[in-house]
Amino acid sequence: MGKYAVFIWSSYGVSCAVLAGLVIATIAQLYRQRRLLRRLESGSIERP
Amino acid sequence: MTPLMNRYAHPTHFMRVSGIALPWLAAASVIALVVALYVALFVAPEDYLQGQTVRIMFLHVPAAWLALGGYVAIAIASVTGWIWKRPLADVAARAIAPTGACFTLIVLLTGSLWGKPMWGTWWVWDARLTSVAILLLLYLGYIALWNAIEEPSLAARAAGALALIGVVNVPVIHFSVSWWNTLHQPASVLRLDGPTIHPALLVPLLLMFAALSLLMVTITLARMRLEILRRRTRMLRLRSAQA
Repeated sequence: MGKYAVFIWSSYGVSCAVLAGLVIATIAQLYRQRRLLRRLESGSIERP
Repeated sequence: MTPLMNRYAHPTHFMRVSGIALPWLAAASVIALVVALYVALFVAPEDYLQGQTVRIMFLHVPAAWLALGGYVAIAIASVTGWIWKRPLADVAARAIAPTGACFTLIVLLTGSLWGKPMWGTWWVWDARLTSVAILLLLYLGYIALWNAIEEPSLAARAAGALALIGVVNVPVIHFSVSWWNTLHQPASVLRLDGPTIHPALLVPLLLMFAALSLLMVTITLARMRLEILRRRTRMLRLRSAQA
C-alpha cells in the first residue's frame, strides 16, 4: 500500500467499525425486545 | 396486486419467512464480504493515476450507491404505506434508515480519507460533498422523527413526509458533479454511455457492491423483525393498561 497505507487501512477500519456497530446494536435490540415481549406475554411485567 | 399483498405483506407471514431466510442471508453476507474484501485489498491492480488509493473507491462508491438507494427505498416504502395502508411498508421504511445512515457516514469518512492524499484536503464545501452531508442530516432527521412520535402510524406519516421532501436531494447528489464546478470526479460507472472504468477495477467494485447489498438486505430484514416485535410489545402494553 506504500505511503497511502494509513489512508487505505483507516478507510476499511472505520467502515468495518461503523457496520459492526450497526450489526451488534441490531442484534442486542432484537434480544432485548424478544425478552421484553416474552415477559409481557407471560404476565411477569408489572402493568402500567 | 391487493390479494398478493394481503398474503405476503402480513407481519405474521413476514416473521415466518424472514426467520427462515435470515441465517442464510447472514452467512451469505459474511462469505461475500470476505471474498470482496480480499479481492479489493489484495487482488485488484492499482490505478495508473491514483495508485493504491483506488482501493478506497471499492468501499466509497458502493456505500454511496447504497446510501442513495436506501433513501429512495424509504420514499417508495412510505408512499406504498400511504396508498395501500400496509403497515409492513412503514416497518420496512423505518428499518432501512439506520443502515442508509451508516452507509452515508461511510461515504463521508472514506471520501475524506481519499480526498486528503488526492486533493490535499479532508473536506471542501462543494456541491457533491455538501449534498451528501445533507443526506446524512435527512437520515438522522428521519430516524429522530420515528423515535419522537409514539404512535407508529402517525410517526410513519410524519417521517414519510420528510423522506418525500428529502428525496429531491437524491438527483442533486447524482448530478451535482455535472451541474457545478467541484473537486469530485464525474460519474464513471452509472453513465448513459456505459462505464469508463477498466474491467480490472470494475469487477472488485461490483463484487463489493453485491456483498454490501446483501449485508444491507440482511440488516434491514433483522430490523424489520425488531420493529414488528416493538409494535407487538406496544400493543400488549396498551391492552394491559386498558384491562
